Amino acid sequence: MATLAERNGRVELTGSRIRDRRLLIGMKQSALAEAAGISPSYLNLIEHNRRRIGGKLLIELARALGVEPGVLSDGADATIHDTLQAAANGLGEGGRGGPETDRIDDLAARFPGWTALIAQQRKRIGDLEAAVEGLRDRLAHDPVLAEAMHEVLSSAAAIRSTADILVREADLDPAWRGRFHRNLHEEAERLSRRATALLGHFEAPDARGETLSATPVETAEALFDANDHHFPAIETGGGAAIPAILDQSAGMEDAASRVMAERMLTRYAEDAARLPLSSLLPEAHAAGFDPSALLSLGGGDVALVLRRLATLPREEPAPAFGLAVCDASGALLFRRRLMAFSIPRFGPGCPLWPLYAALARPGQPDMTILETPAASRFRAWSVAQPVSQTGFGSAPVMQATMLISPVEAGDGAAIPIGPGCSLCPRTGCRARR
Amino acid sequence: MAKRILLVEDEANILEAIGFILSRDGWEVLGHGKGETALAEIERVDPDILVLDVMLPGRSGFDILRDLRERPTTRALPVLLLTAKGQTRDREQAMALGANAFLTKPFSNDELVATVRSLADGRAPSAAAGHDRRGGA
Repeated sequence: MATLAERNGRVELTGSRIRDRRLLIGMKQSALAEAAGISPSYLNLIEHNRRRIGGKLLIELARALGVEPGVLSDGADATIHDTLQAAANGLGEGGRGGPETDRIDDLAARFPGWTALIAQQRKRIGDLEAAVEGLRDRLAHDPVLAEAMHEVLSSAAAIRSTADILVREADLDPAWRGRFHRNLHEEAERLSRRATALLGHFEAPDARGETLSATPVETAEALFDANDHHFPAIETGGGAAIPAILDQSAGMEDAASRVMAERMLTRYAEDAARLPLSSLLPEAHAAGFDPSALLSLGGGDVALVLRRLATLPREEPAPAFGLAVCDASGALLFRRRLMAFSIPRFGPGCPLWPLYAALARPGQPDMTILETPAASRFRAWSVAQPVSQTGFGSAPVMQATMLISPVEAGDGAAIPIGPGCSLCPRTGCRARR
Repeated sequence: MAKRILLVEDEANILEAIGFILSRDGWEVLGHGKGETALAEIERVDPDILVLDVMLPGRSGFDILRDLRERPTTRALPVLLLTAKGQTRDREQAMALGANAFLTKPFSNDELVATVRSLADGRAPSAAAGHDRRGGA
């Protein structure tokens, strides 16, 4: 039978287990104390987790309660105690004497909820440190990245040396001057290409074909990427197919990643139910997969149409679609990446993306041509809509959706955008942070 | 007679720029762009100072430096290593292999000239150069 602590998802302490077991078999505290050869008051302290026990006494109590000692102790106190000790050790020599490690048992007994929180945060910190270490290792040892960095810095070195000569050598022979000007231009062009390639390397899956997933969102997105953002089982079986998909996917042993992936797949299932492929595909074929001609589908839910176009089966003769969804704070909630259109792994995207402009005009779809720093062009359809029911006087929760698809380069007007300020080479951009 | 300096660097525009600068500083400058034939070129040219890029096509500057230090004829050749990495590990490796100085790209022309002059004079490169490190040899 699950105890209250177990039902609340907390790690139960040995004393609590002893008390639960004793009550379960209807044994009085005094009788158990006598059987174990201790006083009832001492047993009371143990049952309320005011005293740690082990060894011979634990064996005696277990025998009296008719269970194996491990049932009372395995994974309980030791886990909590060791985790808190590790958390304290992780602080090093802190000021003001640091945590009172000799009172861990008291802390765990009096504040089991806070104790569990400290333990969870300790684990989270450990996971994040491992992720940071992995990224740092990649920066230090990834041969492709090292070569890309070398090329960028070599271009910078050539430009610096050449520019210095042109500025400081007043009597420079005209032939040499022309030569250095050409070198400068050539190296600037090369630097542009190399920097773009370097950014692409940060965005691409690593050389082992895996994605360095640092967050639950990234792990969930990796699941979508691995399936080309299309789930036939959900298309035909609805949300009932989700548990099997999660069970068969990498990274889902992490609870937070599984919750995030389940949330994303549930939305996928809801979208598929509202706008099934059997309704979408005939219309999309007739419209040449042009979102502008499909806005009336799905009951006029434009964001739904944009999301569904980003989940078409690979065999469909549709253009490549990427997708970005953000909330009203600008936080990216979902990404389907396209080659040459960089969407940052962390942090916000480019403030000039129509994704963000859409938030200023809810319910008004827009189509824009965008141009990346590498001169690649994309058509972007965007809209912002409420995602929850609202009552009178309460503000709706808004999300913006942007569908992107590559277009041929042209001379027409296009909005110059980038991958987000932290990665963007457009140093003169008016929107740069 | 001008002292001879050999630049082993595969980036043609860097080679041209620093070659020009060192020529103005009175050096007879020769350039070479391939890692796999660099050792033979060093033997042939017999420079007074070698400026050696770390990441070269065919063979790394570290490997070339290791071979130089094993050969009696080049064991004492002053070597300035150029790298784009600049990490502590690279500096330590360069020093352990016997580099005499170390510059991280992108360096300034003044840093380069000052470091080469220091090597020519048999002095430790100036700390003001910022990135250079004294090696063994």
